[in-house]
Amino acid sequence: MTQAIARAEPVLRDRAVALTDGIPPLCNVVAANDSALQAGIRWGMSKSQAAQFGAVEIRHRSREQEKAAHAALLDLGWSVSPWIEDTAPDTIVLDLTGLASLFGSEEEIAMELLRRASGLGLAVHVAIASKVDVALHAARGFPGITLIPPGEESKRLSRLPLSALAPAAEILETLERWGVRTCGALAALPVLQLSERLGQEGVRLHKLARGAISRSLVLAGPEMCFEEEMALDYALADLEPLAFLLGRLLDQLCARLAARSLAASAIRLRFDLRDSFEKDFQDLSAPPLPNPPSPIYEKVLGLPVPMQDSKMLLKLLRLQLQSDPPQASIVKIFLAADPARPRATQGGLFFPSSPDPEKLELTVARLANLVGNSNIGSPELVDTHRPGEFRMGRFAPAGDEPHIHRKAAAASAASLGKEARNSPPRRPAAAFRIFRPEFPATVKLCRDFPARIYFHGLSGNVVAASGPWKTSGDWWREDPWQQDEWEVDIRFDSSSGRGERAAANSRAQDGLYRIYYDSVRAGWFVRGRYD
Amino acid sequence: MAVSLATLRSNVELALAGRVAAPFTYRDRNILEIVSTGIPAVDSLAAGLPRGALTEIFGPACSGRTSLLFAALASRTAHAEACALIDGCDTFDPHSAEAAGVELKQLLWVRCQNIDQTLRATDLLLQSGGFGFIALDLSDIPLKVLRHVPLDAWFRFRRAVEDTPTVLVVLGEESNAKTCASLVLRLEAGAAHWSTTLENQAADSPRYPFSWLFDGFDVRAEVLRSRVQPVAGGAGFQKKLVSAGACGRSEIFETNAMWGYHTGASVEPKPK
Repeated sequence: MTQAIARAEPVLRDRAVALTDGIPPLCNVVAANDSALQAGIRWGMSKSQAAQFGAVEIRHRSREQEKAAHAALLDLGWSVSPWIEDTAPDTIVLDLTGLASLFGSEEEIAMELLRRASGLGLAVHVAIASKVDVALHAARGFPGITLIPPGEESKRLSRLPLSALAPAAEILETLERWGVRTCGALAALPVLQLSERLGQEGVRLHKLARGAISRSLVLAGPEMCFEEEMALDYALADLEPLAFLLGRLLDQLCARLAARSLAASAIRLRFDLRDSFEKDFQDLSAPPLPNPPSPIYEKVLGLPVPMQDSKMLLKLLRLQLQSDPPQASIVKIFLAADPARPRATQGGLFFPSSPDPEKLELTVARLANLVGNSNIGSPELVDTHRPGEFRMGRFAPAGDEPHIHRKAAAASAASLGKEARNSPPRRPAAAFRIFRPEFPATVKLCRDFPARIYFHGLSGNVVAASGPWKTSGDWWREDPWQQDEWEVDIRFDSSSGRGERAAANSRAQDGLYRIYYDSVRAGWFVRGRYD
Repeated sequence: MAVSLATLRSNVELALAGRVAAPFTYRDRNILEIVSTGIPAVDSLAAGLPRGALTEIFGPACSGRTSLLFAALASRTAHAEACALIDGCDTFDPHSAEAAGVELKQLLWVRCQNIDQTLRATDLLLQSGGFGFIALDLSDIPLKVLRHVPLDAWFRFRRAVEDTPTVLVVLGEESNAKTCASLVLRLEAGAAHWSTTLENQAADSPRYPFSWLFDGFDVRAEVLRSRVQPVAGGAGFQKKLVSAGACGRSEIFETNAMWGYHTGASVEPKPK
C-alpha cells in the first residue's frame, strides 16, 4: 500500500509514511513502511495518534492508486516473461525458463527487474529459486536480490521469520509461545508431533519452511488496461498545478506502456468536478436529489500515430485543456491510454520530406488553439451538389505510404518522359475564390439578364454573362437550395473603389465573378470571383 | 596595428562564440533547389519556385494569383509533399482546388480570421518544419492592414525558411515582403475567353447568355525581382542563387475554367 503512495508521490520514497483508512473521523493506520514502524507507528493507531509522530507523513489510503501500482507490477512481469502468476496485490511470480539467452544469468535478470521496477516507480525485492513458494517467501522475507540455488532451499530459508509464510494468527501465536520464530526452527520440529498439535496446516507450514513444496504457476492472462487515477485532497481550478499532476500520471502511463513495448494511440481524460459554490447556494431552496450526479469532464485525445513521449502528450493535453477548460474545479483525475504497437518506419532516401507525425500533431494542436478546431484540417469534399459544401478532416499527409510514392514517382516519370515533353502543355485551371459569407447584391436585369450590379461598395456593368445555370436540391430537408447561377464579367465604374486602384491595362477594371439568384431567400448574391 | 586588429578580431569571435560559428568567414550564398510552378510558361519565365526562400506573387483581384497558387499546389501534392495554406480571409475553395489537381489530403488548410492569426500561424508552421510548400494568402486582407505588418515579420519568415526544403509563397494585392523575397512575380489579368454554341459567333453574350460558356482568362506574369537563375548548362532542377537576372521579362499564360466541377446540372428531382 505504501508503494502505491510512494509511486504517486516520489518524494515520499525516503520518508516515513503511514496510511490511514476508514470514514473520517474514524481513521486508523492500516499500513506503514519500515521507517514509520521504526519511528513507533503501529497498525490500528488512530489518525490523531499517528499525527503526533512529526516525522511521519500520513496519507489516506487510495484504492485507485493501489490498483494502478498492481497493474504496474504486472506490466513489470510481462515486460520480462510471458508467464507470470498474479499471486497477490503486492506479489507476482515469473517463470524465467529460457530467458537466459535474452537477459543473461539469473543475477542479471534480477538486476534488470530492479532497474525496470525503478523506472515504473516501484521498489521491489527479487528472489530467484527453482520452486515457486521458496522464491515467493524469500522475496517477502529478504530485502534486495536473493538467489537460492536448487538443493539449498531449506538452508537459505532457515533465517526467514515465520511471518513470511503468512500462517493463521492463532498458529503464529502458538508457535511464538513455543519459541519458534524462524523457518529453521520450524523445520527442525518433528512432522508427526507437529501434525498432532497443529493439524494439516502445521504440516503444510513445515513443508514450506523446508522449501519442500513444489507446484506449478497459475498463469495470469495478459491485460491491456492502462489506467491511472488520482483523487485530490483539495479541488484544483488552475491549469498549471493540474498540468503538473497530469505530467506525473502521463509519466507513469508511458512507463507502463514502454515496459510492454507499446504506445498510446489515444489518451482518455476524465475529471470529476466539484459543484460550484454558487450552484450549491442556488440549490439550497430546491429539494435535494437522492443521488445527484457529479459533473464530469471528458476528453479524448486521438493521436495520428502511437506515441510514447509523455512530454509530447502533456503538451497536447494542455493545448486541449486551454481551448476547452473544465467549468469547475477538479477533485479527481482519471487517465487511460489505448494501447497500440509503436510506429516503426524507415524513411526513404529519395522520398519527399514530410512533417514528423508527433511534431505535426503538436503544431496542429497549437494552430487549433489559435484559430479554432473547426478552422484547421484537410478539406474533404462532400457527396452533394450543394454549392460550396465541404468538411474539415484530420490532416494526415500520406508521406510514408508507398502507393503515394509510386504515384509521385509516376508523376515525375511522366513529367520527365518523352511523351510529356512532346504533348502540348495543359492549361492551368482558373481558380475560384469564395466569399464567406457571400455578398448580397443588387442586380438590375435587362430582358431577364443581369445588366448592372452593386455589391460590397462596388458597382459596374455586366459586359459578358453566361447562364442561368439552375441548380436545386435537398428539398426534403429544412434547408433546401434553388439557385440560378451566372458567370459574369463586370466592368466596374471608375468611381468605385476598385476602379480607382486599377492600372491602365486591358482588364484591370474588370472582374470575373459568379453571382446567383437564390429563390429560397429571394435575393441576389455574389458567391466569389475567379482569380 | 596588425596586432591590435588580430586582438580585436579574437575578442569579437570570443564574444560571439556559441551564437555565430565563424563571424569573419565569408559565407557564400546558398544554391537553391528549384521546383516547378506547374505552369510551363511561368517556369520558363522565373525558372520555378525556390526552396528555402520566400516567393511573392502579387497582383490585383482576378489577376490569376490563385490559379498560379493552385497549379503550384497541384504540382507539389502530386509529388507527395505535405503542403499548407494559411488562408488570411477564408476564401479558399476546395472544389476549385481539387479541379485544379490539388491532392486535398496532402493539404493543411488554416482558416484565419485576422492578420494576427495569419502571421502567428505562419510562424508556427515554419517552425514545425517538414512541409514542402507553405502558402500565405493575404489576397483579400485590406491593404491598410497589411501595411501595418512590421517588416521584421518578413525577415523572420525569410530566416525561418532558410536552409529548409520548404517553398514559402506569399500572395497579396501588392508587394509586402520587399527585399526579403527572393522571387517577386507580378500578375495582371488579360482577356477573358468565352465560347458559344451558336453558329453565329458574333452573337453577343448579353443577348444570348445561355449559349455562352466562360472558358478562362489570360494572365500576364512579370518577374520584378529574382535571385534565382538556372545554372548555365544545368539540365536538372539545380539552380543557382544569383543577383537579379530575369527581371523585367514577362510571359502570358492562359487559364482554363474547368467547367466540369461547378456547373453540375445533375441535381435531385424536384417534388411534384
